[in-house]
Amino acid sequence: MNVTLRVWRQANGRAKGKMAIYRVNDISEDMSFLEMLDVLNERLTLQGDDPIAFDSDCREGICGMCGLVINGVAHGPQQTTTCQLHMRSFSDGDVIDVEPWRADPFPVIKDLVVDRSAFDRIIQAGGYISAPTGTAPDAHATPVPKRDADRAFDAATCISCGACVAACPNGSAMLFTAAKITHLGLLPQGQPERYSRVVGMVAQHDAEGFGGCTNIGECTAVCPKAIPFETISRLNRDLISALTHGGSHWPRAAPKGETEVDEED
Amino acid sequence: MASKPPDVHVTNSELLDSLDADSFYVEGADIADTKAPKVPIDRRWEERRFRARLVNPANRRKLSVIIVGTGLAGSSAAATLGEAGYNVTCFCYQDSPRRAHSIAAQGGINAAKNYRNDGDSVYRLFYDTVKGGDFRARESNVYRLAEVSVEIIDQCVAQGVPFAREYGGLLDNRSFGGVQVSRTFYARGQTGQQLLIGAYQALERQIAAGTVEMNTRHEMLELIVVDGRARGVVIRDMVTGAIETHFADAVVLATGGYSNVFFLSTNAMGCNVTATWRAYRKGAYFANPCFTQIHPTCIPVSGDYQSKLTLMSESLRNDGRIWVPKSGEDKRDPREIPEQDRDYYLERLYPSFGNLVPRDIASRAAKNVCDEGRGVGPGGLGVYLDFAAAIARLGRPTVEARYGNLFQIYAQITGDDPYQTPMRIYPAVHYTMGGLWVDYDLASSIPGLYVTGEANFSDHGANRLGASALMQGLADGYFVLPNTISDYLADGPFPQVDQSHPAVTEAVEAVRARINTLLSVNGSRTVDSFHRELGRLIWDYCGMERSEEGLRKALTRIRELKKEYWSDVRVLGTNEELNQALERAGRVADFFELGELMCIDALVRRESCGGHFRVESQTPDGEALRNDAEFAYVSAWEFGGDDRRPILHKEPLVYEYVEMKQRSYK
Repeated sequence: MNVTLRVWRQANGRAKGKMAIYRVNDISEDMSFLEMLDVLNERLTLQGDDPIAFDSDCREGICGMCGLVINGVAHGPQQTTTCQLHMRSFSDGDVIDVEPWRADPFPVIKDLVVDRSAFDRIIQAGGYISAPTGTAPDAHATPVPKRDADRAFDAATCISCGACVAACPNGSAMLFTAAKITHLGLLPQGQPERYSRVVGMVAQHDAEGFGGCTNIGECTAVCPKAIPFETISRLNRDLISALTHGGSHWPRAAPKGETEVDEED
Repeated sequence: MASKPPDVHVTNSELLDSLDADSFYVEGADIADTKAPKVPIDRRWEERRFRARLVNPANRRKLSVIIVGTGLAGSSAAATLGEAGYNVTCFCYQDSPRRAHSIAAQGGINAAKNYRNDGDSVYRLFYDTVKGGDFRARESNVYRLAEVSVEIIDQCVAQGVPFAREYGGLLDNRSFGGVQVSRTFYARGQTGQQLLIGAYQALERQIAAGTVEMNTRHEMLELIVVDGRARGVVIRDMVTGAIETHFADAVVLATGGYSNVFFLSTNAMGCNVTATWRAYRKGAYFANPCFTQIHPTCIPVSGDYQSKLTLMSESLRNDGRIWVPKSGEDKRDPREIPEQDRDYYLERLYPSFGNLVPRDIASRAAKNVCDEGRGVGPGGLGVYLDFAAAIARLGRPTVEARYGNLFQIYAQITGDDPYQTPMRIYPAVHYTMGGLWVDYDLASSIPGLYVTGEANFSDHGANRLGASALMQGLADGYFVLPNTISDYLADGPFPQVDQSHPAVTEAVEAVRARINTLLSVNGSRTVDSFHRELGRLIWDYCGMERSEEGLRKALTRIRELKKEYWSDVRVLGTNEELNQALERAGRVADFFELGELMCIDALVRRESCGGHFRVESQTPDGEALRNDAEFAYVSAWEFGGDDRRPILHKEPLVYEYVEMKQRSYK
């Protein structure tokens, strides 16, 4: 098949970017989208043109390194990572727009490569359980109800790709932040830091320049791991509890009366 | 360290026509001592921890450690050493430490918890690992790995790793290839990601606490050895191209394996050998480079453009049945082939282990049936992995709960629905047991250079059992290295390294010179086209089957291709920018050199063991035939110099606890 690409080219973070047009002929529909870009880059190199920079690593949908806005949609037409998108999702003759994640906290480094280190800093602000090596009790000391474990796992599947931010009209990273709050907040091991965690992470989220959540839901529509929207409600409940009960940065147990009012799944 | 024998000055070009394998290398002194305490095996680790010198907490902040790589082995070490109070500087080539390739491990992590009451124990995990490694792993290290495995699960649960649980709230286990107990802990099909997130979060906590300085998008290009000690690294900032030097009292390489020498492998695109290879060239021994693991259950190759292969966790073999049509002529839809016309060849050949035989055996069996012309799918390079019986027995919801995300990956890539039609699978390179040689302390042959995880060679012998890579990475990083490195650091802090020290300027100049050469060749072929050709050579001649003739052919061709590379590669752009072709070019240059050493190692080891199958050494029924009398040793290679022969040091392997016998999974 043959396609035409309109690709965002930008030499570096300070340069002005523009869309450039490339014809890519004779490609197989079994290629992944990134393999199609590999083929284009091989051809560009042989022509003496600078290949297009884009991030990818595992190419099996788990490392979260890849991420392109394809025809205006983060990760393209399938709800998956860009590396798992195949050319069979397109038709011969298509014109395809390829852009980087667009959000102020994700500055462009080159072409389609952006800097997502803001996510690491949100994790630094509380996205962990303090368990120094060697201090752990036996793994069976605290049983975890299967339902909680499964739901914590669902949230923990987040791969930090940033599609939620790219899709959000507000440039909010609430789904990413809420996934971590939910993962750790549903487990007994995560309780001691539950409220300091949410306060710290949300403060960092805002300090990085991500926008607020206004319940639009674009994030879940593109999330390759289908992180549930309700994680954001959970984050908000924890945040309100932490703030109204004066919880700021010292660890505390769940405020009285704030029992697990779990939404049915 | 062994002294070099006198005759190391024969250039490789003189050797090209030689027919004698011995002319490819020279032999150095044996490695006599691996520093394991000389007490009964179940007391060695305790003894070592007791004898290792400690560093007073107040002095730790004066001591610095560089850690390269942030997969399970690197993140866990960085978090633990940072927590202990050392000054840690960490590097990774990805944009976040959480993306290291440990994240892609699917199946699980072994631990001798015996939660199933099915006869498991530390001793049995030790025994299984030594046997599974085909008696080419070191007993002391493996025993310690089995001991520490128990603590890993506790640690991970405390960090919030959401392992699979049963309705009673306790942890679930499953069995894995090559063993008969259920000791594998798992988190659906993404155990690697969950364990790595646990280690990554612990690491980020230390970054916030200021004990670890993290540098993402930074790649190590050279090791700096000053006065016989590893004291630093030369790093390229992949965004600006700046060539930086960093110094410390010790350096830890946790940079993973080298499967990408094959071009097509299940490794991530960026995985490479450069860090360990550069250390090898500076004097660290490289052990058993030819011990690579071909994983039996991967999605078959679909075309020339393919950039990588995708693994399907071998946990699928718990419930999936592997078969091919009895006749190569049978081209019916697999669902229409009746039972009597199917050959469940693993169940037929290995009745007691069936579909759960170790990886090397399952892979070669698949190759054999395809070589017989009975393979399925495009090019005949595939076998069926069929879940129809499991779905009938367990119901679709159970199968979905166990393997749902794997089925999804498969459907996404192939466009087929594995709930309806059998998967097609074929072996692919997945893991490298070889790596930098380390002693019991995980110290390399360069003082102050430590190596953890897949980057070292230590624990899996000639074949790794499923769910043991995650175990080893975390054992090394959380529990082993932090206890042994203090013994070395107790002599520090070492004198500050001067920027103008000849060892520093030499290393920096070497990096600049390589980069400049790669950018100035401006030839006619891309980096990938060379890499693909190299990979094909290694796959054909140093893959599932190796022969004297094939390896010689490969060595000749690799050397020719390497020359062509340096005179005909095309890398555009400059150093002073994000330049992904330049990054790849440097990595591929090192893969050429590694590929050569792999073939020499495979040539010298004239026996079959584990993943290393030499056609000249097999039993009458085609099984691997070990030669313990001549080859019960670790091959530790010392760099001899450019165009000089490498030097082989043998570390004899002694089995005091597990009786050496030919593996049988029949």
